[in-house]
Amino acid sequence: MITKEDVEHIGWLARIDISEQETVEYMEKLNSVLGYFGQLDELPTEDVAPTYHVAEIYNVFREDVVEESLPQEVVLANTEHKQDGTFRVPKIG
Amino acid sequence: MAKWMSVAQVKEKIEESSAEEVTAHYLEVIKKSKINGYIKVSEKALEQAKKIDAEEHDGPLAGVPIAIKDNISVVGLPSSCGSKILEGYAPPFNAHVIEKLLAAGAVILGKTNMDEFAMGSSTETSYFGPTANPWDLERVPGGSSGGSAAVVAAGEAPFSLGSDTGGSVRCPAAFCGVVGLKPTYGAISRYGVVAYANSLEQVGPLANNVRDIAVLMDVIAGYDRRDSTSIDSKTEYQKALVEDVKGLKIGVPKEFFGEGTHPDVEKAVWNAIHKYEDLGATWEEVSMPHIKYALASYYIIAMSEASSNLARFDGTRYGLRENGENWHAMVSKTRAEGFGTEAKRRILLGTYALSAGYHDKYYLKALKVRTLVKQDFDKALSKVDLLMAPTMPNPAFKIGEKIEDPLTLYLSDVNTCPINLAGVPSISVPCGFTDGLPIGLQIIGKPFDEPAVLRAAYTFEQNTDYHTKRPLEVA
Repeated sequence: MITKEDVEHIGWLARIDISEQETVEYMEKLNSVLGYFGQLDELPTEDVAPTYHVAEIYNVFREDVVEESLPQEVVLANTEHKQDGTFRVPKIG
Repeated sequence: MAKWMSVAQVKEKIEESSAEEVTAHYLEVIKKSKINGYIKVSEKALEQAKKIDAEEHDGPLAGVPIAIKDNISVVGLPSSCGSKILEGYAPPFNAHVIEKLLAAGAVILGKTNMDEFAMGSSTETSYFGPTANPWDLERVPGGSSGGSAAVVAAGEAPFSLGSDTGGSVRCPAAFCGVVGLKPTYGAISRYGVVAYANSLEQVGPLANNVRDIAVLMDVIAGYDRRDSTSIDSKTEYQKALVEDVKGLKIGVPKEFFGEGTHPDVEKAVWNAIHKYEDLGATWEEVSMPHIKYALASYYIIAMSEASSNLARFDGTRYGLRENGENWHAMVSKTRAEGFGTEAKRRILLGTYALSAGYHDKYYLKALKVRTLVKQDFDKALSKVDLLMAPTMPNPAFKIGEKIEDPLTLYLSDVNTCPINLAGVPSISVPCGFTDGLPIGLQIIGKPFDEPAVLRAAYTFEQNTDYHTKRPLEVA
């Protein structure tokens, strides 16, 4: 079971502001889903290897060569918050 | 012009008149739409069609219009993924599949509605409001590619592209009575497709018939160095369209006919299997004991990957930005304001499943269960050529019916998400109706054996008329 404090902590980890009222709602719905996930506990998997993906491809390499990329102004075109060819954001702390 | 046309019929019309006239026809149909299938109709579609006419383009899709799910990047059109957080965003590059379509001469009609970031099975979580099912406007079209399926069913595009992470092409195909293919993982490049759960998802075509699915696959499939999971299987999809299933061995996994399966769905799927028997195929029951754990495994993996993938939406480079006194506040407020409830739920659950102390219990456990599910598929498909089952246990439900309880909604993916865990190909084809609502038959194949899947689907279609039925609500 996750608590209100857990929801607040996860919200911080995921960088999503959650209001007091939402915390309770999330706690209930998240617990209902986590309860369902709990059914996996009954399945013994000690000797089973995890599958991260099913593609039978390992370590795709390429030559380290410089190639043309998108022009700076195109990359910056989707925001108003920019300065001197960079994205502008508020200070960290 | 006929409202519902196959790609071959569209090409005939272009021959007789012009690409411009055909595109104008579709734009006219879209204008009268009752279903909210498009988020954005392209203002450049007519211009693009005119250019195809002027150039006498001879590509395989010269002048043929297509609708694109809004999580696939198209230069010149906004890409919202059904979310407020991408407000105002226009991708600076085309997805690989769009490059292929444009080179083939296709005309992009617009971007279709979807569950926010492809998270849902009903298209109700879209910021732009729900899409209606053309067969009953009070019902959902399925999701998450609900717009892409509904516009094809309503004659607002001859075919479309969706994406399928846990059933997002096959579910709406079944609910809207169209054909939808989830190709083998790696068959199509995901470059330019906004990631939700990248170890599970594939772009998939939707159309009114199996042939058009193969036509589209021949254009969009293949290796692309920008997606290192893509593979060139050298498949010639249209060549697979042979009307013959003699000697075909079908496996029927009883785990896909669970308690909650609607009796009419069960009946329609068995009728289809018996139809195959009449046509010379054989069937046997197979058991896949870990399927009952697939849904939980799928959701843990999908949410975990989502929590990481969606971290990029931070108000910095594109889309919505809220003001905050520092970086963390700006990002946290932007994400609180920009994401809808379901997207937030999945990000929070995924974050939790990956967090210190819970990683092994949830994420690692789910990956191990994924191995067992994959082994079930390997084993079953070593004995038979194809598996057949209902795509969805039930027909389309009412708008608003399931949206309040996430778990109820997740449970509707029970027959589609195991396929994504195993990465195998699967198609949904119309196989019947219940109370005027379409039912989908799911045909599942071995990795990269799309030819067997398409051949079986094509043979069924040639011997039944379900795919010719049209929704009267939008006629």
